[in-house]
Amino acid sequence: MSLDLATTRRIAKLARIGLNDQETEAVRAQLGGILGWIEILNEVDVEGIPPMIGTSMNTALAQRPDVVTDGNCQEKVLSNAPDRAGPFFTVPKVVE
Amino acid sequence: MMLTDLTIAQAVEGLRKRDFSATELTKAHTGAISQLNGRLNAYITVTADKAEAAAAEADKALVAGDAPALTGIPLGIKDLFCTEGVRTTAGSRILSNFVPPYESTVTANLLKNGAIFLGKTNLDEFAMGSANLTSAFGEVENPWHRTGDSSVLVPGGSSGGSAAAVAAHLAMGATGTDTGGSIRQPAAYCGIVGLKPTYGRCSRWGTIAFASSLDQAGPMTRTVEDAAIMLQAMAGHDPKDSTSADIAVPDYRAATTRSLKGLRVGIPAEYRPDGMSEELLAVWQKGIDMLREAGCEIVDVSLPHTKYGLATYYIIAPAECSSNLARYDGVRFGVRAEGATSLDDLYEKSRHNGFGEEVRRRILVGTYVLSAGYYDAYYLKAQKVRTLIQRDFTNAFEKVDVLLTPTAPTAAFGRDEKPEDPVQMYLNDIFTVPASMAGQPAMSVPVTLDSKGLPLGLQLIGRHFDEETLIAAGAALEKAAAFTARPDLRAGAAA
Amino acid sequence: MSYTIEGSTGTWEIVVGLEVHAQVISHSKLFSGASTVFGAEPNTQVSLIDAGFPGMLPVINHECVAQAVRTGLGLKARINLESRFDRKNYFYADLPQGYQISQFAHPIVGEGSIGIELSDGSTRDIGITRLHLEQDAGKLIHDQDPKLSLVDLNRAGVSLMEIVSEPDIRTPEEAGAYLRKLRQILRYLGTCDGNMDEGSMRADVNVSVRHAGEPFRTRCEIKNVNSIRFVMQAIEIEAARQVEVWESGGTVDQETRLFDPARSETRSLRSKEDAHDYRYFPDPDLLPLVIGQNWVDQLKASLPELPDEKRARFQKDYGITAYDAGVLVAEQAIADFYESVAKGRDGKSAAAWMTGDFFAALNRTGKSIDESPVGADKLGAMLDLIADSTINGKIAKDVLETMFETGETPLEIVERKGLRQVTDTGAIEKAADDVIANNTDKLEQYRGGKDKLFGFFVGQVMKATQGKANPAMVNEILRRKIDG
Ligand SMILES: [Mg+2]
Ligand SMILES: [Zn+2]
Repeated sequence: MSLDLATTRRIAKLARIGLNDQETEAVRAQLGGILGWIEILNEVDVEGIPPMIGTSMNTALAQRPDVVTDGNCQEKVLSNAPDRAGPFFTVPKVVE
Repeated sequence: MMLTDLTIAQAVEGLRKRDFSATELTKAHTGAISQLNGRLNAYITVTADKAEAAAAEADKALVAGDAPALTGIPLGIKDLFCTEGVRTTAGSRILSNFVPPYESTVTANLLKNGAIFLGKTNLDEFAMGSANLTSAFGEVENPWHRTGDSSVLVPGGSSGGSAAAVAAHLAMGATGTDTGGSIRQPAAYCGIVGLKPTYGRCSRWGTIAFASSLDQAGPMTRTVEDAAIMLQAMAGHDPKDSTSADIAVPDYRAATTRSLKGLRVGIPAEYRPDGMSEELLAVWQKGIDMLREAGCEIVDVSLPHTKYGLATYYIIAPAECSSNLARYDGVRFGVRAEGATSLDDLYEKSRHNGFGEEVRRRILVGTYVLSAGYYDAYYLKAQKVRTLIQRDFTNAFEKVDVLLTPTAPTAAFGRDEKPEDPVQMYLNDIFTVPASMAGQPAMSVPVTLDSKGLPLGLQLIGRHFDEETLIAAGAALEKAAAFTARPDLRAGAAA
Repeated sequence: MSYTIEGSTGTWEIVVGLEVHAQVISHSKLFSGASTVFGAEPNTQVSLIDAGFPGMLPVINHECVAQAVRTGLGLKARINLESRFDRKNYFYADLPQGYQISQFAHPIVGEGSIGIELSDGSTRDIGITRLHLEQDAGKLIHDQDPKLSLVDLNRAGVSLMEIVSEPDIRTPEEAGAYLRKLRQILRYLGTCDGNMDEGSMRADVNVSVRHAGEPFRTRCEIKNVNSIRFVMQAIEIEAARQVEVWESGGTVDQETRLFDPARSETRSLRSKEDAHDYRYFPDPDLLPLVIGQNWVDQLKASLPELPDEKRARFQKDYGITAYDAGVLVAEQAIADFYESVAKGRDGKSAAAWMTGDFFAALNRTGKSIDESPVGADKLGAMLDLIADSTINGKIAKDVLETMFETGETPLEIVERKGLRQVTDTGAIEKAADDVIANNTDKLEQYRGGKDKLFGFFVGQVMKATQGKANPAMVNEILRRKIDG
């Protein structure tokens, strides 16, 4: 399966991976190879087979009681921030 | 005998008898690390001071007589487990400055059991790789070399730093994580024991996620008994992980002496692909013979969807990773690119600079297979095939109690022999991936050296939550194989 | 009431569907143990899970599941005993994990409906497509730094219910009635406080237009409209815009738009090239959410009486009009207040006093029913004083006003101010005699046929008794004296 450049760019954009043109071309070729190899699955008849969801060992989601047990750790939350303004994380200005 | 040559079981006994102190044991290891890590690069971060301080505490507990099971045992921790106050990188540039304010459940369990952490072991970036060639902190060298050939070999991956550290006696044991073979394959390459428990047996809380539906933590040790001792401490239900199983943890160490009389061992036909080396086939046969000798019944079984395991894996794992790694964006933690002009620019620059090539590639594959119009053809299809793979195991385990297969298609290969095509690289996981897809527990045990002097391992695959049978069969294999070879590059023996 | 737009190519009708995000009332977040209280210091109500730290995992809050089920039951909707959580993947500064955990393919609540009532008295059922649970995002602050937006994650991970209607709404008024009714139901159930100012209820409005009988045309989604009035305005403005686009030969593009009330316009929020591809897939950190029918039945049995049922019961039990009943069930607290006043008394009189002077006084003092200085017991005591003829209705108005000012009981006021009704025949006779003696001219005119002057004499006698005379007795005595 071959992948076109426009699709490769769109995927790179969706993933916010920031490829330059040269990288995009290299990735296009490699992705095409991987996707082609994956096509072996076309041989498998999955008619009527349910998809595996998570893992089938545990079947139901455990629930926790509605109690405040966490939070109140502003310094922990901010301790690794590469940039902060007082109690906030920062990002380049977003126009909404 | 040097302290670094002891097994965990021997050291636990020696510490209790006060043959040596925890401080002596830890210093023997920190000393070996300072001698050898410069070359092996098995550790990204060494916490010698912390370890020695913890050893002093361990000695007090040992004297007081209230020391839990692993008190004073020095371990290496794969740098994918978040450790409170100790930098945790996942082998990635993007986390090169990340200091977690929390301790993963698995490492917290080990600490509660008295273990001492020597440092954080190297790994393929975000655990994506089979050769430890993708770490942002440099490649790990396999302590083994081919006879009469000094060329550098890879330790396997992604838990290659842990495998190399244990093999070279720079730790008594180490934690690993296994998504598609990342404990078992490096264990085989480095001649040690690696156990991937059943999915849900060890908590994933605080372990940096690669592919959530596959990731499992497990022990890497020099003996099966040591693996049982470590797993005992690591495993258990964790209410903070919704996929953690609320199932009691049995006495794993007791399983090492269990009789194998009447145990049915399955030999799957599909694990014998074209072009498999005679040498590997011979090792496999040797393993079969050893288990038969031990009283097992050997049964041929079929796992018909085995050949689809890898392709399924290379859809599901990248899909999950593309989503799991979205949080690395340079905003709340990790490395942020300079000079971004907009939010998207910040994301793209930080992620481009922060992730290596293989991680970027998998994120892109995962993004593609989940994107509009492709989801059904790839991800949904793969999850259905996954159901079939799991049914294969369920059917096989109606006839047998455990499966025996090779762990990896080859012995460790040279750093320079790395295939250029990523798909060729992915084939390393061909025997380990199916058990991961189905959540089965599996273990690699070193059995012999190949004609070039490199270790080869065999893999045991068990029923869900039946690690005990793996341990019992593994111990029998280990005993029969009497694998005592050690790598040339190791503590006290280094050239 | 129909609502159409007359264009050059004919008559257009509008088609509207609403997606409401309602914040679930719970102490802690949907997947973490951090608090949900509104208005805390930035980034204090944030766990490492909410901030998307490496290795952090979600564990679901049982109460949020219960609240979603209660709401589903209140909307007479199907409850799905097995539902799933999916990841909705996109990058944004308010979304720490890079994905929102939501329910895409298998929501917890399926089809239901809401009955709405319009100003002309007609009623309609608006279909509910689904209700699902999902995480809220954080908050961005844009006005504190020239180059930076600041990120506060207090709200990140708070549980939301997204309630999606069928495209059944045909007028702005119906949209308003739908939102008011939905908010009323949520408040009765105690599952969302419905406070649009604080953002605990927000609406995405899907609007399209068509000629009657046509299939649906392309719709636009107006995001995050935060008041009912704005929703109604946005529909009008967007529908008019779309009619203009179609009639000038253009096509409406499916897109997300923003409503700007200051400029009375909607405008495009995202260009098409930027179209989102959310890459939904089942969250591998979570297993299917499975709930038991028994538990659902228990929740159903414990639901409070909902507004429609309460309104019908009020009409029946207290003999009040549909209109008054509607006013009195608007809020649970008002309905409860009314019931405590009306119980054991004349329900009609209780309704008249509440919807009349009592609400007027609340309005005047700017207080809500919960803050009312006059509680149900005091208002009831006042009705009792009227019923046993201690005071008359006119005096009661003054007593109520004084109650609002001083907080005294009605009896205290009556005693302190000496407002007891005068029922002493002698005193009234004396006052009547004085009034007649002082107004002989008026008496002559009255007897000469000017009947209306009777009221003048009543007024004068009431005045002479400071309004305290029993009006019936005044009438009777005057008739006897002046009709002679
Ligand atoms: Mg929506
Ligand atoms: Zn939503």
